[in-house]
Amino acid sequence: MESVWHGGASPYSIGSKKLGMWLFIISDALTFSALLMAYTYLRLSNPNWPKPFIFSPSIIFSSIMTFCLLSSSLTMVMAVHSMNHGNRKSTVRWILATMVGGLAFVILHASEWRHLILDEHVTPFHNEWNVPLFGGTFFTLTGLHMTHVIIGVIYLGIIAFAVGRGKFKAEDVEVSGLYWHFVDLVWMFIFPLVYLMSAKV
Amino acid sequence: MSEHTEQVEHITSATTKAFVYVWVALLAMTGVEVLLAYEQVPTLIMLTALLGLSIIKAALIIAYFMHLKFERLSLFLTLFPMLVLCIILMLVFMPDSMRALYMRVQ
Repeated sequence: MESVWHGGASPYSIGSKKLGMWLFIISDALTFSALLMAYTYLRLSNPNWPKPFIFSPSIIFSSIMTFCLLSSSLTMVMAVHSMNHGNRKSTVRWILATMVGGLAFVILHASEWRHLILDEHVTPFHNEWNVPLFGGTFFTLTGLHMTHVIIGVIYLGIIAFAVGRGKFKAEDVEVSGLYWHFVDLVWMFIFPLVYLMSAKV
Repeated sequence: MSEHTEQVEHITSATTKAFVYVWVALLAMTGVEVLLAYEQVPTLIMLTALLGLSIIKAALIIAYFMHLKFERLSLFLTLFPMLVLCIILMLVFMPDSMRALYMRVQ
């Protein structure tokens, strides 16, 4: 790899793609923290904030979603590992496993939304507990996260396709891995703060 | 000095085994969190425990899965102190949320 600095030392000794992804992740982390803060703020200022997540099945359901996302992070690490060792075939297989984990998460999440909207009549603007802000913040937060997961699955699909055809380098897989782990990391905050804090046994 | 001969292929990374250990640790901590929710721990203790565990989990993911432990320290120093400071600054609004409770029309 030729340095574009021409004479200067690369201060981080990583490629520009990776640095770019890191900077994106930091800015995205600020977006999600702002949304989580907004959620917490509104929750604290509403004494009758609802607790709509009954432990069985809602919390168990979302725990399975967490498991899917966490495990897909592990398979993504394995994909990066195989790519670093030049094994493209197993890289593609691990990335496909990661995509399955992500898709499982999206499908489970969508069915959870379906349950909330159709059975519990929670929409972004209205619910039966007269705390419309619950729906507003909940759907914004989890919706933005779900969008990230969906984009991640598409991104990984493109990477897997190209890697299978002998294109892209190890760094490209690693950069997509960074994005995927970040999506997992955000869920590690949404799950406890939104779901577990509103659990009802 | 400043030459562009920094092209060390850094395949210094954790082993596959370490990744599996990290994954198990993450799952175990998630399990503890779910258990806390089941036990219906008082809100403040619950929030502290959940946030503490989540920060440990985030640190594990960043250090091992996102490989930051094996990058240069300068990368970490460029990215994270600012992020943490900004997040802490957002907390400045929080006392207001409690005040709003008493300021609403009764």
